[in-house]
Amino acid sequence: MLYFSKLRITLISIITIFFIFIATSNFQDPENSLISKRINLGLDLQGGSYLLLEIDNEPVEIQKLQNTTTILRNYLKDKKINFTNLRIKNKAIFFNIFKKDQQKVKSFFLDKESEINPYYSQYKSHQFDLIVEQNEFKLTLSKYGLIEIKTSSQDQAIEIVRRRVDEVGTNEPNILKRGNNRILVELPGLDDPMRVKSLLGKTANLTFRFVTQNNNDTFGAEILQFEDETNEALVSKRIILSGENLLDAQPQMNNQTNETVVSFTLDRVGAKRFGKATSTGVGKQLAIVLDGKIVSAPVIRDAIISGSGQISGNFTFQSATDLALLLRSGALPAPLNIIEERTVGPDLGQDSINAGIFAFLIGFLLVIIFMFIKYKIFGLIANITLLVNLFFLVGILTIFEATLTLPGIAGIILTVGMAVDANVLIFERIKEESKNEKNNIIAFDTGYIKSKTAILDANITTLIAAIILFFMGSGPIKGFSVTLATGIFTTLFSVYFIARMLTGLYVSRNKEKINLI
Amino acid sequence: MINFNKFYKLFNIISLALIVASILLLFFKGLNFGVDFKGGTLIELRASDKNITVTSLRNKFINMNLGDVNIKKFGNENDFLIKIEKKDTSANAIEMIKKDLSSAIGSSFKFRRVENVGPKVSSELLKSGIIAIAVSLAAMLFYIWIRFEWQFSLGAILALFHDVIVTLGFFSLFNLEINLSIVAAVLTIVGYSMNDTVVIYDRVRENLRKFSDIKIFELTNISINETLSRTLITSMTTLLALVSIYLFGGEILKGFSLAMIMGVVFGTYSSIYIANPILVKLRVSQKTILKEDTE
Repeated sequence: MLYFSKLRITLISIITIFFIFIATSNFQDPENSLISKRINLGLDLQGGSYLLLEIDNEPVEIQKLQNTTTILRNYLKDKKINFTNLRIKNKAIFFNIFKKDQQKVKSFFLDKESEINPYYSQYKSHQFDLIVEQNEFKLTLSKYGLIEIKTSSQDQAIEIVRRRVDEVGTNEPNILKRGNNRILVELPGLDDPMRVKSLLGKTANLTFRFVTQNNNDTFGAEILQFEDETNEALVSKRIILSGENLLDAQPQMNNQTNETVVSFTLDRVGAKRFGKATSTGVGKQLAIVLDGKIVSAPVIRDAIISGSGQISGNFTFQSATDLALLLRSGALPAPLNIIEERTVGPDLGQDSINAGIFAFLIGFLLVIIFMFIKYKIFGLIANITLLVNLFFLVGILTIFEATLTLPGIAGIILTVGMAVDANVLIFERIKEESKNEKNNIIAFDTGYIKSKTAILDANITTLIAAIILFFMGSGPIKGFSVTLATGIFTTLFSVYFIARMLTGLYVSRNKEKINLI
Repeated sequence: MINFNKFYKLFNIISLALIVASILLLFFKGLNFGVDFKGGTLIELRASDKNITVTSLRNKFINMNLGDVNIKKFGNENDFLIKIEKKDTSANAIEMIKKDLSSAIGSSFKFRRVENVGPKVSSELLKSGIIAIAVSLAAMLFYIWIRFEWQFSLGAILALFHDVIVTLGFFSLFNLEINLSIVAAVLTIVGYSMNDTVVIYDRVRENLRKFSDIKIFELTNISINETLSRTLITSMTTLLALVSIYLFGGEILKGFSLAMIMGVVFGTYSSIYIANPILVKLRVSQKTILKEDTE
């Protein structure tokens, strides 16, 4: 166990130097460093904001049901099938079909080639589940139909979220999917996420609709509030123009009124429609509706055919900028709710780093002093091993560009305390063996061999705990499990290669000494 | 050689009493869950105005109509930790608090940390925390069962159970907060305590093979003694590391390191006074081990 060939010694030395080099590159100026890899600091150390958003898919589901109802109505009319009582109730579509047509209508929905109820061959399921009770047909979204809706609205939402966050211009935001209805947003360095939060909290559904006087508008009408929540107006449900038709939007100062406005440019389709609507509607009020509230409702004086216009409202420059940003980035498919927020200010992050480093230094010093007093020369070997172990640990974290969190630093300190365990086990075993075996080489060899299973078992149990933590934990805790698990591997390596090599070299030179350990 | 056997009875009673007391505490007093598991808002506030005190802050917060608000000092300087039970995760809830506060005490403060956890997330976190602990106990049980015999597995798991329950009981007794990092600490305790138990068990197994004429009662005592200096040294170095985290690692790591410190102490104790008596009770003998070897 103790003999190391020249080749192995060289190899181990090279590996050690390599890791020392990698580990120390973290502390060098990135400009002059050979390696660009660095350990990332978690949000709790560098400061920043963590937001978990949940997509509220209910409006999307309801929209889906409404669209399907419209399609269904036309489809059944097309096929000349009589139906009655078509309605939406409790998230389901109901309609009645007479006996003679029932078989035919069932096949519309259950056929794999169905035109109105898409079949997902990968899930072996339709979009809708059909239940027939006597004359009543009931359509509900199937499990996979719901998943389909969720994933597609998540895909759309993450795109919009990304655009909005990018527009705010924080450095290196991290935007990820979580499950099928959540989005995780990490904003390093942002200590006040207020603006991002308010931008993400808006769906930004923009529509231009006429204000009507009477209720018998062909498309129906609804009463909507103004943004100031005191006035309201009756607005037609007919949408002249929506946010999708916008090419660009910018905040602007209106020179005549000295008011901040949002100017917009429309795409070709939008410009055409807007031109038509404004030329026929001169004198009418056009309501600009954002997320169900009227921003303003100016009277149309002239036809606007240029494809550009202005939205006025009681904007400050900031709110105009935000509205323009929202309109540029597009509407979210569904409202987002912030269900978890964690923000750490940069000064607290720095304090945590300082405290962590200080605790580490103290812990490290105490452990090496203790080990030196306890084992003298072998304590020194254990301490050198511990130091190299730390270089390995930091080096590996650097190579994988792992994220270091405050609990992660605690994991490193804990590794310092527990890493000496393997050496202690070995040294104690050697002491026992030396009682009966006077030949030092044999005693040391047996000590190493006999302590092996205990060391392995002891480390595997800690590793199991770390792995479970990694999969169950979130954010900072994950950082802890990463350093703990990596620490186990580097400990085993450094104990069995570095410490054993040093012990071997020392013992072979002092094999005649009595009570060597 | 220290005769640990002499104290088996006494310590068995103490362990049992500790477990029962902890379970009673957990049942009747419960745990002080933090925002991670209960939902709500946590704000770490630093005041630059020395006149701001817990009482003055509490008065301001009571006026804001936020429901149950818990305010305490946090570390040194003028740092305060404010916990608000109200589960308001609407986008501007925190901004409103900031606004109300600055109109009440001026702008001589800043929020160093804000955590806002909705009820859905907190119940999910609690569930996954419980699952994580359960899974880790099961994994340990399984590992020891593979490496040793079932008697060892049972002894180790009872020792672990003791460590986890008593640590949680301690947290309940002193009303210390349970948050995500405490779950991490408990899992690490599970790993550490297991590590300690395994080292002794490893020696018990080795001695069982060596001596056929020594009764398990004495054999465990010999094994504990043989590994005792290792047990103490490793506990010592681990505690040195943990105590420095506790003292110097900042307020955020205090609960975590305290849980770990208790875990190491209980873990060391339980390896000797729970894990090994179980082997004695289950009448483990050389036969138990030899069966394993011939398989």
